[in-house]
Amino acid sequence: MITRDGDRGKMLTRRAAMLAGGQLFLSSLLLARMYYLQVLESDRYKTLAEENRISTRLLAPPRGLIFDRFGVPLAQNNQNFRVLVISEQTEGNLNATLEALNEILPLTDGEIQRIRRDVRRSRDFTPVTIRENLTWEQMASIQLNAPDLPGIIIDEGLSRFYPEKELLSHVVGYVGIVSETEIASGNPLLRLPGFRVGKSGIELEHEAELRGKEGAQRVEVNAVGRIIREIERDEGIPGRTLPLSIDVRLQQIAYEKMKKESASAVLLDIYTGEVLMLVSTPGFDPNALNRGLSPEEWSVLSSNPRAPMLNKAISGLYSPGSTFKMVVALAALEAGVITPETKIFCDGYTMMGNHKFHCWKSSGHGNLNLKEAFRHSCDIYFYEIARRTGIDRISAMAERLGFGSLTGIDLPGEKKGLMPNRKWKERRLGEQWLQGDTYNAGIGQGFISCTPVQLAVMAAAIANGGRKVKPTLLVPKERGIQAPKGEILNISKQHLRLVRDAMADVVNHPRGTGRPAFVDVDGQRIAGKTGTTQVKRITLKEREEGLKAQEDLPWKDRNHALFVAFGPVGAPRYALAVVVEHGGGGAKTAAPIAGAIMDAVLRLDPAAQKPVFPENPTDKNGGEKK
Amino acid sequence: MIPFSGYENSSLRNPDMTLKERFYHISWFYIFLICLVAGTGFVILYAAANGSWEPWASKQFVRFWMGIAVLFCVAMMNLRFWLKYAYVFYAAVLILLFYVEFNGHDAMGATRWINLGFIQIQPSELMKIALVLALARYFHGCSLQETMSFSYMVIPSMLVLMPVALVMRQPDLGTAVLMIAVSTALFFLVGVQIWKFVVLGVAGLASIPIAWRFLHDYQKERVWTFLDPERDPLGKGYHILQSKITLGSGGIFGKGFLQGTQSRLNFLPEKQTDFIFTVLAEEFGMIGSVSLLILYLALIFYGYVIAFRSSSFFGRLLALGLSTNLFLYVFINIAMVMGLVPVVGIPLPMISYGGTVMLTLMFSFGLIECVNVNRNVQIGRRGAYDD
Repeated sequence: MITRDGDRGKMLTRRAAMLAGGQLFLSSLLLARMYYLQVLESDRYKTLAEENRISTRLLAPPRGLIFDRFGVPLAQNNQNFRVLVISEQTEGNLNATLEALNEILPLTDGEIQRIRRDVRRSRDFTPVTIRENLTWEQMASIQLNAPDLPGIIIDEGLSRFYPEKELLSHVVGYVGIVSETEIASGNPLLRLPGFRVGKSGIELEHEAELRGKEGAQRVEVNAVGRIIREIERDEGIPGRTLPLSIDVRLQQIAYEKMKKESASAVLLDIYTGEVLMLVSTPGFDPNALNRGLSPEEWSVLSSNPRAPMLNKAISGLYSPGSTFKMVVALAALEAGVITPETKIFCDGYTMMGNHKFHCWKSSGHGNLNLKEAFRHSCDIYFYEIARRTGIDRISAMAERLGFGSLTGIDLPGEKKGLMPNRKWKERRLGEQWLQGDTYNAGIGQGFISCTPVQLAVMAAAIANGGRKVKPTLLVPKERGIQAPKGEILNISKQHLRLVRDAMADVVNHPRGTGRPAFVDVDGQRIAGKTGTTQVKRITLKEREEGLKAQEDLPWKDRNHALFVAFGPVGAPRYALAVVVEHGGGGAKTAAPIAGAIMDAVLRLDPAAQKPVFPENPTDKNGGEKK
Repeated sequence: MIPFSGYENSSLRNPDMTLKERFYHISWFYIFLICLVAGTGFVILYAAANGSWEPWASKQFVRFWMGIAVLFCVAMMNLRFWLKYAYVFYAAVLILLFYVEFNGHDAMGATRWINLGFIQIQPSELMKIALVLALARYFHGCSLQETMSFSYMVIPSMLVLMPVALVMRQPDLGTAVLMIAVSTALFFLVGVQIWKFVVLGVAGLASIPIAWRFLHDYQKERVWTFLDPERDPLGKGYHILQSKITLGSGGIFGKGFLQGTQSRLNFLPEKQTDFIFTVLAEEFGMIGSVSLLILYLALIFYGYVIAFRSSSFFGRLLALGLSTNLFLYVFINIAMVMGLVPVVGIPLPMISYGGTVMLTLMFSFGLIECVNVNRNVQIGRRGAYDD
């Protein structure tokens, strides 16, 4: 018994020693593994640990500010509280989080759909914007309920604000949410939640300068991507500040005069091409577009027959009507087919073959020279000189003055219109150019179409002695008449003076057609020319029955009203074009608006004052380097 | 109590030692080693909470003192008591295990808990001790010849297989592996022939393809992840990959106390429980991890010393079995966080945050101390039935 127990005691001792040996062997495996991981492979794991820890995040640069020529802010960046959701942190239930948020901040169905779509499209840890521009109260109540809102975060960013609202909607434009195609360009900055890019106007045209360069922030993050602390920060380069050539005061006056119409007006500095005023009515509130429109709001805006979204000053195409008579007169004078004293008789109509061409005044104007023909805007006179000049020389002159090509204004969406000639008609319509086409061209009707800004460039060229300026919305650094800009058109100074005198007579002669535009600011007057273009062809039957008054026609069928002007007479500095869609008649609607604008222009004389160049955030560094 | 004669000259031989005498015979060095490991645990839990006693270190501290109380209570008892009631204890724990099969609380996708209101207990943890007690008692009553025969292997095999089957069903692969390993060690210690282990091992390997079909999907995933942790770095492989990064980036000297970026920034999920070793390794480097391993080995092999001071076969088996159990915890946990074995839910003893494990470990230390206190008590093969 005892020996047996002794046997098992010995066995136990032996086996225990073996077990201990086995355990020591396994422990040495652990030691070897520790050595491998913590000594041999340590550098690799240290790098991996750093990669875990450090995350680089983009910082959106503040967008460049936009001012008018005297430093009035047109586009600013305001503090903006926004609420975002990180789907990864919603504890797997985005819907529950959104429902909980809905209790505090009512969300529309459209918003919820958009949020779901954005969440689907972005990675789980990317924040998706729920709403921007929260009020302080909304923000506070979300903060208060934060424990019940997993994945909801609030952050503070900058949002674009347009203090002048619809006044400059077509000049400054607006910024909006980055579109799919823009994201496809691959710039990671565009993927930042709530990032905005220019969608129209200056905001689109100068997007690259206004955007600036993205900064970067190196941060320490934890396993769920929450930022623990910042390690280093590169602020990037803020967008450039842009001072525009616009004078907000003129913009205001013009907008007031035109806001009830569907109209546009452009005012140029005839020497520099600076656009001092550019109005298109009705406007829209760019802040609403920045915020994002509901489908209902959008359909209201886009179905409006007066097309608020269209910048009519550069994209609206109109027949120039009688405002084209300056071009015809210059072509005729240059061709030598008339002298200023050549007289032509108007008895209300002229026959071309068996086709009857009417003057706007059916009783006729009698015998007229150039100046008188302008004063009364006699159509018969211009039919005749157009016939004598021929379409080739008329269209060549029109093209020199900028018809049928882009003016090059720095705004997106400019249209170039059409200046027809023989070739164009044959190619395009497959028909011969007819004498009747030349007659129509003589009074700016028919195939010709142009934009208000082209009319302003034409008026500027007449006023500045034959230079075609390129309209620009930025204030050039070198200034004034000392360095006139624009392409020299080689038009006889004398002919230009004749046309200028005739235009002055149109406004200042007591019976001139442009008389409603008459202004007198300390003896400074303006010159101009009316234009009325048919929207609907007048049938023979209608003419026999007697023409209806414009007011009795439906709005859509009324004539367009045009007026081009320059001033002051004698020492011109400004050129203006006004187009009122379906305004009835140039003298009746467009001339008074042009008069009111020119009155303000002459009183304020913005081109004579030194513009304000606001400090640019990037100039500081540049200055120090020098 | 057995009639007592012939040992009057030594109070140690008296199984009816007074409490004072028992207290005097406690191994204070062993207690010191336990306190050292536990103290390391508090420091690491403090670091894991980014330098805060809340929420882990303070609770663990309280549990440790509860555990010390358990340890002394167990150590103060007569070793014969544990021999006598070993099967009763085993049966009670087995019933609890049956109970959790049907009424347990869900945690981490497995039913393992009984909620007693003030504390949740894990019968599978208690079973590790109960199994060692039951096997020690069984083998205490066997001669070497008996242990080498097949017929005497039936009962102990049943003792092992019943709880293993229940634990596997829960499913708790880690505990099952641990129980099989500790039982194998006991079978080995008492002298079962080595060829039997070899045969069983070969049979076990051959049955792997069959066993594979019974594994849960998440267990299969763990095995796959073990074989290739980088195949899904943000999914299933995340734990082990981050664990290795944490360990490796500690280097030789570590990043410094409370300077571990991996643990501070939560790249390690569950860092206060199964992956606590990496927190130490990151902040104290290889010096820290090797020191802790040595400390554990000291605790384990002091258990061997106590075993061989004991005069009873039961005491020896108990101390060796429980020390081996401790070794298995340490080895599997550290090997797991270092990517040597698949991730199974085995905590790092005394350091991982958790109540039941702390209390059951202190219970087993109490039993080892009890062996030490009663080291001169001789118990015959039939000792369990003596009174």
